[in-house]
Amino acid sequence: MRKHYSVFFLLITFFSFFHFHHALMCFLKERVTCVSTLELMGFRVGQGLIERFTKDCPTFKEDLDIMKFLCKDLWSTIFRKQIDNLRTNHQGTYVLQDNKFALLTQFSTGKQYLEEAPKYLAFSCGLIRGALSNLGLESVVTAEVSLMPSCKFQVVIQKL
Amino acid sequence: MQTAIMIVANYPLYIRSVPTQGELKFHYTVHTSLDVVEEKISGVGKALADQRELYLGLLYPTEDYKVYGYMTNSKVKFVIVVDSSNTSLRDNEIRSMFRKLHNSFTDVMCNPFYNPGDPIQSKAFDSIVSTMMVQAF
Repeated sequence: MRKHYSVFFLLITFFSFFHFHHALMCFLKERVTCVSTLELMGFRVGQGLIERFTKDCPTFKEDLDIMKFLCKDLWSTIFRKQIDNLRTNHQGTYVLQDNKFALLTQFSTGKQYLEEAPKYLAFSCGLIRGALSNLGLESVVTAEVSLMPSCKFQVVIQKL
Repeated sequence: MQTAIMIVANYPLYIRSVPTQGELKFHYTVHTSLDVVEEKISGVGKALADQRELYLGLLYPTEDYKVYGYMTNSKVKFVIVVDSSNTSLRDNEIRSMFRKLHNSFTDVMCNPFYNPGDPIQSKAFDSIVSTMMVQAF
């Protein structure tokens, strides 16, 4: 029951977050610092979120299990849907494709506002990176959009 | 009767003992118990697939102390050290203590003013640990 409450609050804050995100964007006019600040915020939030969501899960055995958890459980708890497509080259690179990314659906369903999209994906990239970092995987996460509202997150695991 | 609770992420994030004088001794216990935790973790890979619980159980009994371990998915280890003379604590109680610790630790983690990797200085966390230690010991 407690889990439902936290998800409920998460959803409420999520919708208000969307508008806050946009307002933050307008406030941080400079492009470079804007994107990296958002990414760092997402990173910290990802770390906290993953701690909360993996509290009751057994230990993950390998990287692929971690990515699957990210795509299914984490994504559905935060964005209310799962990742539509996960591809990997089995050598540390994963591509997560979301065909109807929640933060982009309000923009357009085509090519309009395509150049504005990367700013809005920075937070989510940070989220993924923070989540993976707390699970023991250092990574570099980038996002690309070619057709709204679908987007692809590319995760490259850094092996030491 | 001495007992201690420690949270370690390759270096101690939080150490609390009752009574508070013996802390240095517990630092040593923490480091030796980390080795045992590593052993258990790497051993799990060869064992059955369902042995993936977070609770690691009794790590090793020395002549003075019994050490219990627990590891979260984010590789943070919780260690509880109790006197060997304290035989009234059962496995279930230790498990529930670890659960409570994990819950409070999650709350600390979600605090935006806390940077992961810093020593834990939250008063709320301190009070939860104190009540737990008083209750159990």
